Amino acid sequence: MLHYLIKRTLILLATLIVASLVVFITIEVVPGDPASYMLGLNAQEDTVAALRAELGLDKSRVARYFSWVGGLVTGDFGTSYTYRTPVADMIRDRMWISLPLAVFALLLSTLIAFPAGVFAASRRGGITDTTVMGLTQLGVAIPNFWFAMLLVLLFAIKLTWFSAGGFAGWDAGFFAAMKSLTLPAIALALPQASILTRVMRSSLLDVMNEDFMRTARAKGLSRRQALWKHALRNAMVPVLTIIGLQFSFLLAGAIIIENVFFLPGLGRLIFQSIASRDLIVVESVVMLLVLAVVLVTFAVDLAYAWVDPRLRSSR
Amino acid sequence: MKKIQLSRAIFLALFVAGSAQAAKTDVTIGMQLEPPNLDPTGGAAAAIDEVVYANVYEGLTRFGPDGSVRPALAKTWEISADGMTYTFSLQEGVAFHNGSSFDADDVKFSIDRAMAEDSTNAQKQLFANIESVENVDGDVVIKLKAADGNLLFNLAWGDAVIVAPEAVENLATAPVGTGPFQFKNWVQGDQVVLEKNPDYWGEPVKLDMATFKFISEPTAAFAAMMAGDLDAFPNYPAPENLAQLEADPRFSVVLGSTEGETILSTNNKQAPLDNVLVRQAIAHAIDRTAIIDGAMYGYGTPIGTHFAPHNPAYVDLTANSNYDPEKSKALLKAAGLPDGFTTTLKLPPPAYARRGGEIIASQLRAVGINVEVSNLEWAQWIEQVFKGKDFGLTIVSHTEPMDIGIYAKPDYYFQYDNAALQAMMKSFNEETDTDKRTGILQEAQQIISADYVNGYLFQLAKTGVASSKLKGLWQNSPTQANDLTGVYWED
Repeated sequence: MLHYLIKRTLILLATLIVASLVVFITIEVVPGDPASYMLGLNAQEDTVAALRAELGLDKSRVARYFSWVGGLVTGDFGTSYTYRTPVADMIRDRMWISLPLAVFALLLSTLIAFPAGVFAASRRGGITDTTVMGLTQLGVAIPNFWFAMLLVLLFAIKLTWFSAGGFAGWDAGFFAAMKSLTLPAIALALPQASILTRVMRSSLLDVMNEDFMRTARAKGLSRRQALWKHALRNAMVPVLTIIGLQFSFLLAGAIIIENVFFLPGLGRLIFQSIASRDLIVVESVVMLLVLAVVLVTFAVDLAYAWVDPRLRSSR
Repeated sequence: MKKIQLSRAIFLALFVAGSAQAAKTDVTIGMQLEPPNLDPTGGAAAAIDEVVYANVYEGLTRFGPDGSVRPALAKTWEISADGMTYTFSLQEGVAFHNGSSFDADDVKFSIDRAMAEDSTNAQKQLFANIESVENVDGDVVIKLKAADGNLLFNLAWGDAVIVAPEAVENLATAPVGTGPFQFKNWVQGDQVVLEKNPDYWGEPVKLDMATFKFISEPTAAFAAMMAGDLDAFPNYPAPENLAQLEADPRFSVVLGSTEGETILSTNNKQAPLDNVLVRQAIAHAIDRTAIIDGAMYGYGTPIGTHFAPHNPAYVDLTANSNYDPEKSKALLKAAGLPDGFTTTLKLPPPAYARRGGEIIASQLRAVGINVEVSNLEWAQWIEQVFKGKDFGLTIVSHTEPMDIGIYAKPDYYFQYDNAALQAMMKSFNEETDTDKRTGILQEAQQIISADYVNGYLFQLAKTGVASSKLKGLWQNSPTQANDLTGVYWED
C-alpha cells in the first residue's frame, strides 16, 4: 500500500510540473498585450509602457515563469492585471460558488443514477429497464445549456419560483444561496445522471454474469440478494471513475451553464480573463483546476484500492 | 359584526399604509460587460464609466443627456480674450465620500496626475494641450499651450473626473468621488452596489440604492428582464427579442442614438486599397440597409461620413456612397482591376462586426472582391489591426464622441494622410467661435466622404429596455454612461 501511495504521489507531482509549463507557455504564446487591451484605442505609447512597467510585464518570460511558480508554491497567486485585486481572493470568492454547485450537481446526479441504475439492472429487459434506458438516452442527447434555458422559461419566467439567474450570496442565508444554485445544478446534473445511470447498469450486468455471482446464486441467494451483497461493490470501480471525471468536469466545465445563469463562478472567471488577456488569472485558475483534477484522480485511485484489494498489492 | 368591520378597517389601514411605503427607491440595472475596475482615470473600458460616471465621480464639467457640456464641480468659468487661460470658480460645500472637503488643490492634483509622465490615463491626449493647473485664491486657473476650443468638452470626459488625493491608491476597487451616489460593495463577476450619498452638495437623487448587475449572455439578459430580476437594461444586447419586450406592458423599449460610428475601416496604405477608386468601388458595393436589417435587426442609422447624425453639425453624405454594384464594377475596371482582387477582413467580437462582416463579405464578393474573413478577439485585434496595421479591412464602431480628429493622425491604424485635413483640424482646435467650428466640421466631413477613407456603415443605435414605471434614464448615449441622477419610479 505504501509503495502504491508513493508511486501515485510522484506521478501527481510530475503532472503538476509539466502542467505548469504547458499552461504558462500556451498562454504566453497567444498574441495580445494586456496593457494595450486595458487602455483601449486612444492610449498613447508612453501610457501603455507605464502600465506595462506597473504590471511587471516588462520583465523576461523566464523571470515571470519562476516568479509565478514560486508564488504558487508559497500560496501567493499574484495580482490580477485588470481587477487589481489579489488573484487568490478572486479564486476564493468564485470557488464558493463553483464548488458548492459542483457538489450539488454531483449529489443530484448520484442520487438519481444509483437507484435508477440498480433498478434497471435488476429488472433487465423489463418495462422499467426500457423506460430508464430511453430516458437516459434523452438525457445524454439534450445539450445542457438548452435544458437550462427550458428550466429558466418554466421556473423563472412562467412560474416565477426562481430568479432567472445570478447568485444571492452566502450572506443572504444558506437556503437563499442554495435556491439560486438549484436550477443550474439540475441543468448540470441531468446529462451526468444519465451517463452515470447507464454505466451503473451495464457495470452491474457485467458483474452479474461473473462466475462468483453464479456461486452466490448457487448458495441459495435470490437474484436481488446477490445483487446487493456481492455485485454492487464489484461494480463500483467503473462507476467511481466516472464520478471522479464528472466532478472535475463540473468544477471546470460549468462555463456555459454559468453564462446561462450569469453565475460568477470559476468558469466565467476564466472566460472573462482570457478575453481581457488577464494572463496571471488565467494561468493561476487553470493551474488550480489542474491541481483539482489531479487530486480527484488521486483520490479515485485510492478509492479503487479500497474497493478492490488486489490493487493494493500490485506494483 | 362590528368586530369584523373593525378588523377589516385595521386591515385596510395596514394595507394602504403598507402600499404607500412600498414605493420603490432602489433600482437594478443590467449591463453586458463588467467593469474591470472602478477607476475611470485608469482604464479605457466603457463599463467603468457606465457605472461611475455622474453617479460616483464628477469632473469640472459634465455631459448632459443631449451631449451638451454643462457645469459640474465648476460653477462658472471665464475664458481670457486670447483663449489661453480658463478660470473656473468651484462649487462650495462639496465633500468627497470619505469626508474630506473638495477644493482647487484636488482639481490640480487630479489633472496633474492624469498628465504626469507615468500616468496610466487611457485618454491622456485630452490633457496634452494643458500647460499648467494652479490654485489661485480658491479658483482653478488652467493655462494652455495653444488656444483650444475643446477644453470644456475634454474636461467633461469620465477620464477627467476629480479624485480624492488620499484615496487614489485604491480607486480601482474602492472609488471615492464627489457624486450623488457612493460606492457600497462589489461582488466581482456579479454586481456593483451604489447607495445614496446623504451629504451630496447638489440636488439629492431620488433613489436610495442602485445595483448594477452583469449579464453577458444575451439570452440570459432576456430571461432576467422577463423574470423581473432587472428594472432596466439600458444597452440591451439582444435586438432579436426587442419586439417581444415592446409588446409586454411591463416594459418600455427606448430607442436612441450613440456616438458609435460603425465603419468598414480600410487600410489606406495597403495596395490596392491605397487607390481612391478602389475604396470608392467598395463604398458602392455595400448595401447599408441589408447590413442594418441583417446584422442589427433594423436598429441603426445609415451614415455617409464619420459623424453622428444627431449632432447639429452633421451633413448627410450617404448619397456619395449609394448602393450601386454596377458602378462599383466599373470603378474596379477603371482602377485596373477588372477581375477584382483579394483582401482580408478581420473582425473583432461584437455582433455588429461578426454578423455585419459576413454580409459585407458576400456583398463585396458580388462585385469581384474576394474577402478572406477572420475572427479575432479584442486583444488580438488591437495587436494585429490597431497597432500592427496588418489588415485590409475591418469593422469597428468608434464610440468616442466627436472623434473626427482621428483622420488628422496619419499613423492612426487606417493611415489616412491628408495635409489639408490635418491643417483644418488644427484650426478647428484653435477656433472658439461655435459657428466657425461647425463650418470646419462640415467641411471635414465632406473631405473624408469624398476621399472614401473608410466604408461608412451606420450609427450604432442605443436599444434600451426598462420597466415602464422607471423614468429618467438617458434615451441617447452622448457618452458611455448610465446617469442615474434623474431616475425615479412613477407613483
